[in-house]
Amino acid sequence: MRGALVLAIALFALAAAGCGGESDEPPTLASLEKKFICPTCKTTLELSNAPVADRMRAFIRERIAAGDSEGEIEAALVDQFGEGVLAAPPKEGFNLLAWVLPLAGAALAVGLLAVGLRRWSRTRPGGRAPESASVNGRPPLDPELERRVDEELARFDA
Amino acid sequence: MARRAKLILQAAAVLVVALLVALLGWRVTEQAEGRGLDDALERGERPRAPELTLDTLDGEGEIRLADYRGKAVVLNFWASWCEPCKDEAPLLEETWQRYREDGLVVLGIDAQDFRVDARKFVERYGLTYPIAYDGNGASLGRFGNTGFPETWFVGRDGRLVGEHIVGPFDEEQLEENVQAALDTPVR
Repeated sequence: MRGALVLAIALFALAAAGCGGESDEPPTLASLEKKFICPTCKTTLELSNAPVADRMRAFIRERIAAGDSEGEIEAALVDQFGEGVLAAPPKEGFNLLAWVLPLAGAALAVGLLAVGLRRWSRTRPGGRAPESASVNGRPPLDPELERRVDEELARFDA
Repeated sequence: MARRAKLILQAAAVLVVALLVALLGWRVTEQAEGRGLDDALERGERPRAPELTLDTLDGEGEIRLADYRGKAVVLNFWASWCEPCKDEAPLLEETWQRYREDGLVVLGIDAQDFRVDARKFVERYGLTYPIAYDGNGASLGRFGNTGFPETWFVGRDGRLVGEHIVGPFDEEQLEENVQAALDTPVR
């Protein structure tokens, strides 16, 4: 149980850490085209040949040439077109829920699965089942009845 | 205790599902509102124009469609990268100049565009009518617009009138719908 909980928390922390900031490398048009949506056709810029997508690509090229970082270019495009221009929701404020909820759901699912499996594998709440217990979860046979079954089987084998 | 926790979890799950269904319903209704306007006009009805509140293109203040109640409005959705919009702009300016004393307002809605490009467009074509800026294009869905340019006509009573023109209009079509809008009663 505790192991499952630790695993769930570790999974959550690992994924949350993946939500880190932008890289230090200078942005390229090819990398940014995947991160922005063309407002008219609702696909990423790399897949769009709409006039507004061409204009956005030209804008990105200008900003890269001017030395802007990815964050600055993103801020400028959001200022013009709103947050809907981002292919992925920003990792802040209410939008953070879009990142956190799936991870929290996955962690919760792992936890619930662990609890369910543990309960399922238990035969009785008091502790370990006796070794003579049947593997199908039913109580063991009455010793007298078991003795008679053995006798009958032995006679049958003979 | 365990039973109570189970009940709380079940209630939370039902609440989450209800919220998601409500969100879906709201989204579908919002999109259907725009599509319904066209159908109503085709049936000869005059639906109320959706409310619009947007920043002005110069960023100094807001424009509300409701503020033009009592005037006839030509509502033209455009963008600087839209080729047919370039042909329409001089005609809209001419119409605005000709009928403004009669109570006509041409209201341009620049959507899904860079402000700087839109300002250059306005300067290039010498547009003097009011222009609102809708960068993310939120207003397009409210009217059920699917492209650029698109033009609606709003009567003095705040209800849509005439045609919804999808794509570029010609001079005669514009004149006919402007007259229809000017002829509407204030109430």
